[in-house]
Amino acid sequence: MLIFEQSKSGRVNTAQQPANVASVSDIPNEFLRNDKPLLPEVSEMQAVRHYTKLSTKNFSIDTHFYPLGSCTMKYNPRACNSLAMLPGFLNRHPDSPANMSQGFLGCMYDLQEILKDVTGMKEVSLSPMAGAQGEFAGIAMIRAYHDAANGGKGDPERTEILVPDAAHGTNPATATMCNFKVREIPTNSDGDVDIEALKEAVGPHTAGIMLTNPSTLGVFERRIKEIADIVHKAGGLLYYDGANLNAILGKVKPGDMGFDVIHMNLHKTFSTPHGGGGPGAGPVGVSERLIPYLPVPMVEKVGNEFQVITEKNNTKSIGRLSAFMGNAGVLLRAYIYARLLGRDGMIRVAEFATLNANYMMKELEKAGFELAFPNRKATHEFIVTLKKQAKELNVNAMDFAKRLLDYGFHAPTTYFPLLVPECFLIEPTETEAQDALDGFIAAMVEIQKEAETDAEKVKGAPYTLPVRRLDDVKAAKELDLTWKAE
Amino acid sequence: MPFIPHTEEDVKSMLAAIGVESIENLFDEIPAELRAEGLTKVPDGVSEMEISRIMSEHAEKDSRVLCFAGAGAYEHHIPAAVWEITTRGEFYSAYTPYQAEASQGTLQLLYEYQTMMASLTGMDISNASLYDGASALAEAVLMAIRANRKSKSKRILMPRTVNPKYRKVAHNICKGQGITFEELNFDMQGGHIRPDSLPKDPGDFAALVIPQPNYFGVLEDIDALTNWAHEHKALVIAVVNPTSLAMLKAPGNWGEIGADITCGEGQPLGAPLSSGGPYFGFMACRDTYVRQMPGRIIGRTVDLDGKEGFTLTLQAREQHIRRSKATSNICTNQGLLVTAATIYMTLVGPDGLTKVAQASHNNTENLVKKLEATGKTTRLFNRPVFHESVMKFDLATDQLMQEMSERKVLAGVDISDDYPELGNVMLVCATETKTDTDLQMYADLVAEITG
Repeated sequence: MLIFEQSKSGRVNTAQQPANVASVSDIPNEFLRNDKPLLPEVSEMQAVRHYTKLSTKNFSIDTHFYPLGSCTMKYNPRACNSLAMLPGFLNRHPDSPANMSQGFLGCMYDLQEILKDVTGMKEVSLSPMAGAQGEFAGIAMIRAYHDAANGGKGDPERTEILVPDAAHGTNPATATMCNFKVREIPTNSDGDVDIEALKEAVGPHTAGIMLTNPSTLGVFERRIKEIADIVHKAGGLLYYDGANLNAILGKVKPGDMGFDVIHMNLHKTFSTPHGGGGPGAGPVGVSERLIPYLPVPMVEKVGNEFQVITEKNNTKSIGRLSAFMGNAGVLLRAYIYARLLGRDGMIRVAEFATLNANYMMKELEKAGFELAFPNRKATHEFIVTLKKQAKELNVNAMDFAKRLLDYGFHAPTTYFPLLVPECFLIEPTETEAQDALDGFIAAMVEIQKEAETDAEKVKGAPYTLPVRRLDDVKAAKELDLTWKAE
Repeated sequence: MPFIPHTEEDVKSMLAAIGVESIENLFDEIPAELRAEGLTKVPDGVSEMEISRIMSEHAEKDSRVLCFAGAGAYEHHIPAAVWEITTRGEFYSAYTPYQAEASQGTLQLLYEYQTMMASLTGMDISNASLYDGASALAEAVLMAIRANRKSKSKRILMPRTVNPKYRKVAHNICKGQGITFEELNFDMQGGHIRPDSLPKDPGDFAALVIPQPNYFGVLEDIDALTNWAHEHKALVIAVVNPTSLAMLKAPGNWGEIGADITCGEGQPLGAPLSSGGPYFGFMACRDTYVRQMPGRIIGRTVDLDGKEGFTLTLQAREQHIRRSKATSNICTNQGLLVTAATIYMTLVGPDGLTKVAQASHNNTENLVKKLEATGKTTRLFNRPVFHESVMKFDLATDQLMQEMSERKVLAGVDISDDYPELGNVMLVCATETKTDTDLQMYADLVAEITG
């Protein structure tokens, strides 16, 4: 039942409202609203009960194993939330001057330093509000760099961004937003970038390349140094998509691989909550040559005092991408997480994420599932292809995914990357115990048996959730995007 | 080990299953010369008890401030239940609802949110949110250019009464695509865009942005501005404060046919000030433009048994399907903040939100009166305002800010950098959270400092 269907005109929650409010008489009628907006009129208890009940219809990390590839659904420590919600942090106005903000700015400065260290980049700006905005910042910086070339005359021929065909959809979409043409680079059968194709693609029109390493195929790009050399020699810059940083945290630094600019997804690697799809945080780090272009605001330390750097100080900056300082509360959570982990804890993240992924990969292979890259080690994630099941049993990856929900597991990422047919991209993360991994593997084996004996059963899944499979075609054709009173 | 459950025994059995001797062997595909030599600036790990102490000390440094600043971020009372429920693990730690059957809680909530926002803005439909108000305006500009089929122009008319930070963000995000912004200047008496100052022959342009209230808190002549833009075949992008919409005319009712796209900052609906984020941007539009709308959209549909359910829809617009041809590169929304906003709107209801708007307006008016009574400051603009006002002081505003801050009062936002022609001015705001005593204290401090 929708909240509107529980609403009754005239029901008022006086405790939540300001008391004794005088009516407004000094605003002319032409500016005023004369109808009541459709907001629910329910009691506090009705509201609490409704939204508490709704919450129980979700799978979440707190309730289920959630091995969603490329999303790093690791445990979100409670302390990160409760400490970021201390009143001193919640009540700080974003335009508070530095002398009223030393507590907050100190945390941000420290976080910048920590992120510089783990990425091997020279400078970091925390302000992008999500991975995709970090990407935008990165590509906008590459554009600004080329525009400043030749003594400020620019390098207008650099119109292309190279993107491997395995990349996240945000990569090409971002390049388009920055007015670059996208040129796809193929992947070879072992999951590495096709170096010969890359050599043919680069040239005076190359502005840069966007890479994820480990790639979205769940393998480490072994010839990354060679790729960096090829692109740099052609005059292009290298962009690192930090989606998979969890796999190499403290083990390899993108700065050492030759990247000029990177974004990090703090909601993945630094365990800030995904929140049902945001907020994220996508700080960017850069090599020496891109420092002037970093987005503002940033935090600097002058003597013992922390200050905010704005476009007024950094005139070459690509500017601000949010009204204030990005998703500050998310950044605080990431900072607390980083402090709890510390130096050794960071490295263990990569180690145990990789251990879990390789264990699951081997066990699934032993159980008869086909790996997309059987000759490679897994990073923090790996790919199973269900193309045989789709062809021989007419049970596809989506059917397996939906049936897994009945077994109490959130499905892995399905049908991404697009290169591998009927794929499952599986990322267990370091916070899952072996028992959980074994449970998932056992469920896969059971579903395989069901697919062999009763394919229709799998194809009809799920059965035990609040709804069965939904009609997406109807949803898109007969758009129903808002509730209307009968 | 923090947040890692493995025992030594687990590690041994897992390594044996994999067939390697050590965890280190799992990294042997990484070229040796790339391996990091360790971390130098990351401090040693601390316990939960220690970090609690550290963070409390940080938070304490910035706390207990009486805030009269607004300028895009507003302090409102947030009912206790809002964040109690929002931080339930089932909302807090869930991902984007791609597996609809396992995400009905988030999806139904978003559908309810879309309904509330569409009604509040007077538009047909709403998306499930964008990052913040500023980036929502940038996305609205890109959308207007796609949606306006009567104009091929990439010109946007942008009043200087739009929040200067929003203007900067819109420019920074849109400039790569050849979009130009032409500024419209405001009237020095009213602090608004005078409809009779608009160009007679503006040439081809894609959209006019109309802020209500504007950055100065002042109410614009929305009807005349809307009609003027439509007469010139341009779209109207409304940038509004959601609290104000309980009291002020909804953009869907502006002028003859209403605004085309409405966007703004959702923070006043249940998100704490929190240093500027996370907030959320909202966006609503007429249904004819739905396929040009960026961001996630939730639709109601049925399952195999004909039972009602909710799902992400119109995904063909989005980057994970369309890649380089997507409507935007946006991937996440601000789901958790929308969860808070939906619960906030439910708890205060239409009556409560109206009272919040009225009380904020009245408090700001009272503050202005008390400040003017000191004889040290005057209201700069003569037009009606929502819950902010530009005040002109005898004293340099930075000095006033400084002295007030030493008394733990955030006096407002100094806007003289963005509007040098206005002199020593400050934008002040008193929401429903301020008492008469607070307002009087502010006025007394001003009198004392400028004494």
